[in-house]
Amino acid sequence: MSTSVQEIENLISQGYKQGFVTDLEADTFVPGLDETVIRRLSQIKNEPAFMLEYRLKAFRHWQTMTPPDWAQLKVAAIDYQSISYYSAPKSKKAGPKSLDEVDPQLLDTYKKLGIPLDEQERLAGIAVDAVFDSVSVATTFKAKLKEAGVIFCPMSEALVEYPELVQQYLGTVVPPGDNFFAALNSAVFTDGSFVYIPKGVRCPMELSTYFRINAANTGQFERTLIIADEGSHVSYLEGCTAPMRDENQLHAAVVELVALENATIKYSTVQNWYPGDKDGIGGIYNFVTKRAECRGRKAKVSWTQVETGSAITWKYPSCVLLGDDSVGEFYSVALTNNLQQADTGTKMIHIGKNTRSTIVSKGISAGRAQNTYRGLVKIAKSALNARNHTQCDSLLVGDKCGAHTFPYVEVKQPSAQVEHEATTSKISEEQLFFCQQRGLSAEDAVSMIVNGFCKEVFRELPMEFAVEAQALLGISLEGAVG
Amino acid sequence: MLSIKNLHVNVGDKPILKGLSLDIKPGEVHAIMGPNGAGKSTLSHVLSGKAGYTVTEGSVSYYGQDLLAMAPEIRAREGVFLAFQYPVEIPGVSNIYLLKAALNAIRNHKGLPEVDAMDFLTLVKGKVKLLQMDEKFLYRAVNEGFSGGEKKRNEILQAAILEPKLCILDETDSGLDIDALRIVSEGVNSLRSAERSFLMITHYQRLLDYIKPDVVHVLADGRMVKSGGPELALELEEKGYSWLEGQAA
Repeated sequence: MSTSVQEIENLISQGYKQGFVTDLEADTFVPGLDETVIRRLSQIKNEPAFMLEYRLKAFRHWQTMTPPDWAQLKVAAIDYQSISYYSAPKSKKAGPKSLDEVDPQLLDTYKKLGIPLDEQERLAGIAVDAVFDSVSVATTFKAKLKEAGVIFCPMSEALVEYPELVQQYLGTVVPPGDNFFAALNSAVFTDGSFVYIPKGVRCPMELSTYFRINAANTGQFERTLIIADEGSHVSYLEGCTAPMRDENQLHAAVVELVALENATIKYSTVQNWYPGDKDGIGGIYNFVTKRAECRGRKAKVSWTQVETGSAITWKYPSCVLLGDDSVGEFYSVALTNNLQQADTGTKMIHIGKNTRSTIVSKGISAGRAQNTYRGLVKIAKSALNARNHTQCDSLLVGDKCGAHTFPYVEVKQPSAQVEHEATTSKISEEQLFFCQQRGLSAEDAVSMIVNGFCKEVFRELPMEFAVEAQALLGISLEGAVG
Repeated sequence: MLSIKNLHVNVGDKPILKGLSLDIKPGEVHAIMGPNGAGKSTLSHVLSGKAGYTVTEGSVSYYGQDLLAMAPEIRAREGVFLAFQYPVEIPGVSNIYLLKAALNAIRNHKGLPEVDAMDFLTLVKGKVKLLQMDEKFLYRAVNEGFSGGEKKRNEILQAAILEPKLCILDETDSGLDIDALRIVSEGVNSLRSAERSFLMITHYQRLLDYIKPDVVHVLADGRMVKSGGPELALELEEKGYSWLEGQAA
């Protein structure tokens, strides 16, 4: 990440801070969750009335729900009353004071990823004083988007600047009652991205959350809403390859995508949240609800994810194909090592006519990790000529890990064609020795073989991410050989 | 350049090599023949560094270095190449990618910069032509869907690119038809030089018609029981191995 990006980031967080007119009684809320907390949260953020109502309704519903336990995961019970639901920007009191206090393994990874020192500080959670610098790059970026009519801002800003637009779409793809974590998120979400692409506009640049992120606190309950109006096109990048630490263990984000007629949304994620130490302690729980609706004819949504971090990854980026001729795609690499767990996959719901979906899932298990693919292909009676192709491959590294597959296929339309292929393979001793005999170290050999395994998915990532993702995979597999 | 002295090797508890000695000078082509179970594959595996073998006695010196103390990838980077009897498949990794990675690992080891992309492509295409292979195969995954003959040719192609100093051919002729055998042999012969030595492991005289050895050894019951010139191979073809068995070297 370059210094110019750092500049933009500092700049945006400066502007964002200015949006907060109300003063904060305390930097951080006392842990606990009740209606008072939610009212205070909404008030601090200066939200319109409808938003508070939405939150309260969601909260009341959440209180009637129980956490789901059907996944192939071992999740320690979470005490929702011991979480603080708001932390003001830039307050990182609990964080390390300098790089000397940071886990040396983490620092080693930053170095391997070629991350500059001040960047390392930011990622390790050290409070960084915002340096207000010259605005050239930031201005160009914002100006370009403004020219195109693209709205890209923090959700909290959107609620103040474009409340009607938000109200029209928020919760229409993932309703508050959808699941336990979505309900919680709907009640207490702190921030996220809001994107609106006007009719016929091809967004002039790839939108990256890096440009939007509040410098200090990574979103614990992020809420993102992307709307691509008719004939528009946008590519959105989320995440970063460097392992991010956060004192908050639970990350329950909600991402809603709406693609209208002839619109295309490409959503790419590279996630490397802190996975915990090699005994699995202290890692992040990444429980995310991501869903897209292709509402218009020929709308298209592509999810691409590379998940290498978190102690537990639990997410199913999905597409509801309502519009005729609409297309949904899901490309995923999920890697688990040491004691990580993943239960991830997708749901493709075909409702309109002539809809198409493609699923390519690559699961890599190493160490003592458990990796599960769970996918649903649902073809409604109305979905004439629906087509799905699913390719679900697992790669096992070593002999103490596990890979599991739970495909669900429900077809109610006779003209539909659904294909499911699955493979499970191992990196064999023979393959490793062959590569070594050609001069490659065992680790380089594993990295090469795994990258070859993931090629199909990496091809879908925007270039910068693809290069980082390959390096990331190599680093994440360290210690998996031998 | 290769000096094996009194090598004793076990697989598990079972002794396979029982005092094998061999000297190879630069530029020499040695053939090792012998009955099944004699220890020919064990020798090639121990020299290349495959796991699962225990050296109980003896030494191997390679250009003055203790070969057995070197990790397999270091041996490779120092110029030891094994053309496998059963080359493995590596899905997802293209042949050209592997070649480049291997070549760069070797160059890196020698303190050389990574090979220029254009130069590399030219080099590879030239060698592909030499081995009468289709360029398209370069972009296919390593050995995936290859016939036996194609796999063996691929091994020789890799040797041609990586330019080893000691080239061990482990039953390279097994599974090859007449034409493939001729092409592979031509490829090997094109690699012969004063700085390169070959150790060919084979059952049959046939290969030695195409690749004329300087020395022929017979390995039986874990030991070299006889060494001689190319005519020894012809004698074996005629008489079999039994007249040699029971003879200590």
